[in-house]
Amino acid sequence: MNAVAIGIEHGRLHAVLGPNGAGKTTLINLLSGDLDASSGSVIYKGEDITRRAADRRSRLGIGRSYQKTNIFPAFTAFENCRLAAQSRMPRALHLIADAVAFRPVVELADGALEAAGLARRGGRVAAALSHGEQRQLEIAMVLATQPEVLLLDEPLAGMGAEEAALMVELLRKLAPRHAILLVEHDMDAVFAVADTITVMVNGQILESGPPAQIRASAAVRDAYLGTDFTGAVA
Amino acid sequence: MDIYSFLIQLLNGVQYGLLLFLVASGLTLIFGIMGIINLAHGSFYMVGAYMAFTLSSLTGNLFVAIVVGVVLSVLLGIVLEWALISHLYKRDHLEQVLLTYGLILVFEELRSLIVGNDVHGVAVPAILGGSIPLTATLSYPVYRLFMSAVCLALAGLLYLLIHRTRVGMMIRAGASNREMVSALGLNITLVYRLVFALGVALAAFAGMIAAPVSSVYPGMGTQVLIICFVVVVIGGIGSIWGALFASLLIGLADTFGKVLVPEAAGVTVYLLMAAILLWRPEGLFRRAG
Amino acid sequence: MLNRKSIAVGATLMLLALFPLAGSGFYIELVAKVMILAIFALSLDLLVGYTGLVSFGHAAYYGIGAYTLGLMAPKYEAANFWLTLPAAMLAAGIAAFAVGVFVVRVKGVYFIMVTLAFAQMFYFLFHDTKFGRGSDGISMNFKPIASIGGFTPFDLSNATHVYYCVLVLLVAVFLFLSMVLRSPFGRALQGIKSNEHRMRSLGFPIYRYKLASFTLAGALAGLAGYLSALQFGFVNPELLSWHQSGNVLLMLILGGVGSLYGAVVGAFAFVALTEIFQALTRHWQLLLGGAIILLVIFLPGGLASVANRFRRTLIGDADDA
Repeated sequence: MNAVAIGIEHGRLHAVLGPNGAGKTTLINLLSGDLDASSGSVIYKGEDITRRAADRRSRLGIGRSYQKTNIFPAFTAFENCRLAAQSRMPRALHLIADAVAFRPVVELADGALEAAGLARRGGRVAAALSHGEQRQLEIAMVLATQPEVLLLDEPLAGMGAEEAALMVELLRKLAPRHAILLVEHDMDAVFAVADTITVMVNGQILESGPPAQIRASAAVRDAYLGTDFTGAVA
Repeated sequence: MDIYSFLIQLLNGVQYGLLLFLVASGLTLIFGIMGIINLAHGSFYMVGAYMAFTLSSLTGNLFVAIVVGVVLSVLLGIVLEWALISHLYKRDHLEQVLLTYGLILVFEELRSLIVGNDVHGVAVPAILGGSIPLTATLSYPVYRLFMSAVCLALAGLLYLLIHRTRVGMMIRAGASNREMVSALGLNITLVYRLVFALGVALAAFAGMIAAPVSSVYPGMGTQVLIICFVVVVIGGIGSIWGALFASLLIGLADTFGKVLVPEAAGVTVYLLMAAILLWRPEGLFRRAG
Repeated sequence: MLNRKSIAVGATLMLLALFPLAGSGFYIELVAKVMILAIFALSLDLLVGYTGLVSFGHAAYYGIGAYTLGLMAPKYEAANFWLTLPAAMLAAGIAAFAVGVFVVRVKGVYFIMVTLAFAQMFYFLFHDTKFGRGSDGISMNFKPIASIGGFTPFDLSNATHVYYCVLVLLVAVFLFLSMVLRSPFGRALQGIKSNEHRMRSLGFPIYRYKLASFTLAGALAGLAGYLSALQFGFVNPELLSWHQSGNVLLMLILGGVGSLYGAVVGAFAFVALTEIFQALTRHWQLLLGGAIILLVIFLPGGLASVANRFRRTLIGDADDA
C-alpha cells in the first residue's frame, strides 16, 4: 500500500471499492490490527493506536468482520454471539457460574442475532447454517461486541439477492449509530448506503468523494467500472 | 582460563554446534517441508551411533561402517515414511507427536533387544587419530576438526541442494503447495519419501561421526532431540542461517557453561532458551510459518 | 437427565465406590493408582482438549507436586496432609505459571518443543542437583497424617482410606472442571481452541487466558503427583520424565481428546494396556510403542470415537462434559 489516507466518522458510512488486489482487505487488516503497519499511523479518537494489538483495538470499540467467514463452526449461532458479547465483560476470570447465567451478555447476544436477522436460528450449530446465514452470523458477532467503529470486509460476499437486500437494510440501520468502513464488491449496495466512496487500485487511492462524484468520474470508470456502467441506484 | 584453553573450548563449542546443526537440519527439513514434527529424530541419531559401533566392530573400519550405515539409514527412512509417516500428513500435531513418540519407544526397546543397554566406545580411525599441537602441553584432536569440516561441508551441500537444484526447487515447492505440485505432475510422494530419508540419514550420519567423541549410550537420542528442539525454537524453521546461528550459539553456550559452571551443567541451554523466548517469542529469526 | 450416559456414569461411580469391599489389597491400590492418573489426565485435557495447547511437558508439574511432599516430609514424623496437599498444588501451579509466562506466546509446533524442553530442565533439576536429592529420589518414612485440630478423619496408611480419598478428589476435580468449562472462562478457552484468531479479533486477551489455563492445569497435575507420592511413599525424577509426559498424552488420545469422561477412560485404558504388556514381556515398551502407532493410524479418536459416531457440539448439549 502506498500513501493511503482514509478517515471515517461517526454516523457516516465510508465505502471502499476496487478490483481484486487493490489492497482493500489489507487496508482493513491494518486498521483492525490483523496486520502490522510498516509505516504510517492509525489514529482513533485522537489517539495513536498503530502499535496496539488487534485485541486491544477491539476492546477500544473497533469491530471487524471478515470476508472469509470466520466463526466458531462447532458452536451454536447463539454461542458464537454470546462469546462475542462476553468479550466485553469487565472481569475475565469467572470460573464458577455457568456462562448463560450472565443475563446482560445473553441479552446482548440475543439482540445481536435479532439485528442480523438470525433471531430464530440461535440454536443451530454454526457449521450447519447456510452460507448467507453464516455471513449474517459474522455481522451479528461483531454487533455483539457493541463497537463504535465497524470495519466490514465484503459482508455481502456470496449472498443471494434477497439476503443482500436484508444486509443493505441492516447497514442502513447501523450507519447513524456507528462509524462504518465498508469494503464491498456489490456496486448497488455500495451506492445505496455510502456517504463517501473511496476507490482503490493497486494499493493506492484513485479517487475519493461522495457517490455522485465517483459515479461521474471518468478515471474511476476507466480503471475499474467499465465504460458501460450506468450507476443506477437501488 | 588462558587463551589456549579458551581456544580449545571455542573449537569444542563450534564442533558441537556444527554437529547439532546437522541433526537439527534433518529435523527442520522434515518439519519445514512435510509439516511433520518427528519426535523420533533423536532415535535416528542413536541408531546411527549404534550402527557405527556394531559395523565398525564387524568391519574394523569406521569409514566403511559409516558408508554402510548411511545406506541403511536411507533405506530405513524410506520404509518408515512409506509404512508410517505417510499417514500423518493430514493429521494434527498431537497425533504426529504421539505416533513418533511410539516410534521412540519401539527404537529404544529394539536397541535394548538387539544390542543391549551398555555404553560403548568407538575408536577414532588411525588416519584421523593425531592431534595438532597448540602449545608445548596442549593440542587439539584432528578428529574433532574433521567432524567440524564434514558438518560444514554437508551444510554447504544442503544449501546448494535446496536452493540451487531442480530437486531442491521441487522440495521447496512441495513445502508451499502440495496439491499444486501433484497437479504439475511432480511426484510428491517420492519427494516426501526422499526428504524423510534424507532427514533420517542426516541424523544417523551425525550419530555415526559423533560416536568416537561422545561414545555410544542409550540416552543419547533423547538428549540430542531436546537440544535440537531448543535450536529449532531459537533459530526457527525455514531458515538455514537461523539454524546455523542457533546451533553454534547453543554449542558454545553449552560447552562454556559446562566448563565455567559445572554444577549447572545441562541448565545453561534452557536458561538461554528462556531468555530468548522472553525477548522474542517468535524466535530470533523469521519463520516460514 | 436420566439417559444412557447418566446411567453409565452412575453405575461406574457405584462400582468404584463399592470396589474396595470386593477387591484385594493389590487391586485396591491399582485402581487408586488409575484414579490418580485420571486426575493427571483430566488436568492435561483442560490444556490440550479444551484450550488447544498440546504440551509435551506436563509431567513436570505432576513431578513437582510429588516432590513437594517428598521435600516437605520430615524424617522422623509424618507430614500433615492438610498442609502438604495445598502446598503441592501451589508449588506446581507456581512452576506452571513461571513456565507459562515464557511458553504461552509460542505458537503451534514450537509450543510442543518448548514445553518438553522446560520439563527436561525440571527433570535435570531433580536428577542432578542436591536440591532434588538426585536420581535415587526421596523415600518417605511415614505417610502423611490427615489430622486437623486433633481430629483425624481418615488414616492414610490404610490403603482403603487412600482409595476413597482419591475417589473423592477425582470426582471433585471432574466436577470442578465441568463447572469451569461451562463458565465464561471455560467458554473462552474453548473459543480459543476453536478459532484463536477470531477470539483475538473479538477483543479477548488470549495470552492471559492461555496462561491461566496452563497454570490451572499445572496445579491440578500437582494434585495428582502429590497423591501419587502419598500412595507410593517415594518420589524419583522419573515422575518428570518425558515418558510420563508422553504417557499422559496417550491417555488422552486413548479416551478421546476433548472429553472429560474420555480422560478418565483413557487413564483406565492406559493402565490396562501397560499391565497386560508388562505381563507379556520384559520388553513391554516395544508393545506399547507399537500399540500407540497402531492407535494413531487406525483409531485417532480413541475409544470415544468408537462409542460415539456422531459429531458433538461442545456447547449446546447439556449432558456433555
